[in-house]
Amino acid sequence: MTLRRSPALTLVSLLVYVFLYAPIVVLILYAFNSSRANVVFEGIVNKEPCGYFYWFCILARNHEVLNAARNTLTIAFISTIISTIIGTMAALALQRYHFPLKGFSEVALYIPIVIPEIVMGIGILVLFSTLFRIVNTALGLTGDQRLTMGLGTVILAHIAFSVPFVALVVRARLHGFDKAVEEAAADLGANEWATFWRITLPIIAPGVLSGALLAFTLSLDDFVITFFTTGPGSTTLPIYIYGLLRRIITPEVNALSTVWILTVLVVLLISQWLQSREV
Amino acid sequence: MPEFAVELRNVSKRFPGPSGEIVTAVNNVTLQIRDGEFFSMLGPSGCGKTTSLRMIAGFELPTAGEVFIHDRPMGQTPPYQRPVNTVFQNYALFPHMTIGENVAFGPEMKNVAKADIAPRVRQALEMVRLPGYEKRKPKQMSGGQQQRVALARALVNRPEVLLLDEPLGALDLKLRKEMQLELKTLQREVGITFIYVTHDQEEALTMSDRIAVMSGGVVLQVGHAGDIYERPNCKFVADFIGETNFIEGTVREQQGRAVSVETSGGLLVRAEAEAALTVGQKVFVAIRPEKMQLGPREAANIFLGRVEDVVYIGTDTHYGVRLAGGQRARVREQNTAPGSKPVAQQGDEVTVTFVAAAARVLTE
Amino acid sequence: MKKFFQAFRSKDSQRGLWLISPALLWMIVLLIIPLILVVISSFGLRDPDGNVIYTFSLSNYVRLAGYNPAGFDTLYIEILWRSLGLAFQTTALVILVGYPLAYFVARAPVKRRNLLLFLILVPLWTNFVIRVYAWIMILRTQGVLNGVLGWVLSLAHIPFQPLEMLYTPGAVLVGMVYEFLPFMILPMYTSLEKIEPSLYEAAADLGANALRTFLRVTLPLSLPGMVAGTILVFIPVMGTFIVSDILGGRQVILVGNLIQRQFLDARDPAFGSAASIILMIMTLIVTVFYTRTFGFGEELTSA
Repeated sequence: MTLRRSPALTLVSLLVYVFLYAPIVVLILYAFNSSRANVVFEGIVNKEPCGYFYWFCILARNHEVLNAARNTLTIAFISTIISTIIGTMAALALQRYHFPLKGFSEVALYIPIVIPEIVMGIGILVLFSTLFRIVNTALGLTGDQRLTMGLGTVILAHIAFSVPFVALVVRARLHGFDKAVEEAAADLGANEWATFWRITLPIIAPGVLSGALLAFTLSLDDFVITFFTTGPGSTTLPIYIYGLLRRIITPEVNALSTVWILTVLVVLLISQWLQSREV
Repeated sequence: MPEFAVELRNVSKRFPGPSGEIVTAVNNVTLQIRDGEFFSMLGPSGCGKTTSLRMIAGFELPTAGEVFIHDRPMGQTPPYQRPVNTVFQNYALFPHMTIGENVAFGPEMKNVAKADIAPRVRQALEMVRLPGYEKRKPKQMSGGQQQRVALARALVNRPEVLLLDEPLGALDLKLRKEMQLELKTLQREVGITFIYVTHDQEEALTMSDRIAVMSGGVVLQVGHAGDIYERPNCKFVADFIGETNFIEGTVREQQGRAVSVETSGGLLVRAEAEAALTVGQKVFVAIRPEKMQLGPREAANIFLGRVEDVVYIGTDTHYGVRLAGGQRARVREQNTAPGSKPVAQQGDEVTVTFVAAAARVLTE
Repeated sequence: MKKFFQAFRSKDSQRGLWLISPALLWMIVLLIIPLILVVISSFGLRDPDGNVIYTFSLSNYVRLAGYNPAGFDTLYIEILWRSLGLAFQTTALVILVGYPLAYFVARAPVKRRNLLLFLILVPLWTNFVIRVYAWIMILRTQGVLNGVLGWVLSLAHIPFQPLEMLYTPGAVLVGMVYEFLPFMILPMYTSLEKIEPSLYEAAADLGANALRTFLRVTLPLSLPGMVAGTILVFIPVMGTFIVSDILGGRQVILVGNLIQRQFLDARDPAFGSAASIILMIMTLIVTVFYTRTFGFGEELTSA
């Protein structure tokens, strides 16, 4: 049905696409800039090592970047696994059972979605800094022994903002779930646990996976909350890039951005391919 | 030797309703279902038939009373420990498993030896005339086929009783009629007790050995199809099963079974009743349309009337007649003669006749 | 009260509680308690080390409202106002710019739609910080935009003075619109896509021209998507500090920047907490008002 596809609409849409992609194109282009100051594009770099890909090689040798990348992935994986489990359990609880505190739980799980991230970020910062101060003084810890913000606090915070989203996605999936199949399973001899493992879980699996993917993305991309809960040694890639932006901006940053964009592209393509196979 | 396959003794089920009040879905029901019979629970939506079935299956627990299966009280036993299996209204096939895996599920849960499962699955599928469909997925099958898989999945476990919850509701008319016969034949072959829930009275009459008619959580009448049809014990049953004419009136006199009832319009109806009635009691006389005839003949009841409408259905013609006393009656005449034409036209004056034995007196 | 404890006993309740307890615990410890602490801190004062002295004082709120010993200062009110203004402007622009594209994709042939959507997703999934950085390269004085403009104008022999675009409120707005455009396009697309083509035919059949069909049929039916999109845009923009930090330099200060500074440079967590509470209240007021008027936007789960 191709109603109303006037040339004007097509043109405007094209322009919007250009608007969306122009910055990305510029970003990738400047990754090949021969000028280190990276202010003006002075031509395509061609230095040793790696010739055209000079800045990428510099990037690969940058330990800070590799560290940040490792942190980012670690945090993303751990927080995804935990938040998916917790979030799925919560979705099941809210969708199927009645219990006291149900209303309160719904609201609590809804708050992170409707408050600005910065508020949640500083809230957690205040919590941990107060907590650490009390514990450190109480136990008399000093120097390296002190509890400080770091990988642990970031992971805890990431789980906190991921769980509501996982719960939301899984709940949407549970909505159309026909309980008759669970009764059928019970009728055929499966107890509660067997019913869950063999019937319920496989059927909601796509929803759970979507939730997990969402949690992973949210964690990978997060800046604000990580910003307030991170410490020395637990820098993630977004934080690292932000740090670079306030210092010197060499084409290395562009190279890093390009790598990130390409990775995203590949992941999206794979997920599209997987989705099309399911149908 | 247990007397009954399934027995419900004074079973009630009460739920909290939407606005906090208590809803009684099943009210003090007692039923005895015999081994090997095809037993139907028939009634309109909300009459409690499905709830009763679910209490036998174990998906609901009675608020009062007890469910027995082969004389064993079920108490709080969960469904997975009961020796019954259910065929669900929309089949509830496991979408992520193949047909074979669906049917194998029950035996797997009972830890049947792996080597024995495949032949049993094959046998079950053959029994429902779906041989070789093991590898298909439910969404690739039609409604009728899915229904048969649901049947196989239940029967493969050799349950003591099979429970069927309006299994044919989602099928189109022709398929439904085919399946009705298939189910009946299957039940005879397999020999186990079938408890069948439906709101379709024709279906119940076709398939069942005995029927329990329910309404408002209560069992109104239990009996063979013929009993229920010819001798309904109350207005609801007479109305729900087939078509009935009701003539309201008060009792004039009674001698044994013979009763005369006087209507407000002055007609005197000669009918029969089983119970003892009092003079002046308000009653309904129930007469089936096919037991009435148009045209003069020897009968206890002869009334004049005017034809208000004629509906030709091919096999029969139905006449809506306004009797002299003001009541309306529907008369059904079969079109037995070749090239039948209606016996009367709209507006004609006719005589409606029926014998006293065809007129039953009902009190409610 | 007795009913409350009785409810705990049923098997249904127990299972539900067991399932939700980890999530609930997490939310209480890492969301509710921190928020309570922030509220408490907002009434506190600053000690020389930059920590919070827990007391009850309205001085932070008073300061935000503008009253300080030196007289009435509208600094903070300006900041709040600027943030609100930016949030509304961004939302409006994002709807304006995004709607045509959402419509375009919704009315495109089904086979093409996946590709078109994919193209919208790619920037969305690219990291926030990176995309903001890209605009530095474009908007700076020797950046791409000035370069292109200068080149085009030089062809017409018109002298060109490079525009100072970076570190202005305009740059921040452009950055915001760019960041949040996909968040609005996707929900609007979902709404538009649900409109059955037969509705357009019915409207035409009843005599509506293109404009009237749009105003009376399309627009109202796409409202849920717009509502969802607005929630996804308005709330983050209100709290943002990165875009204003990077593209606005020190010139454009929003509430987010104010809060960030209190926790990092100025080290006055109490004051920062107060600002956060005000931010949250303002956001909640606008959101509640908005959803009451326009409904809730089920398309929230589409993303």
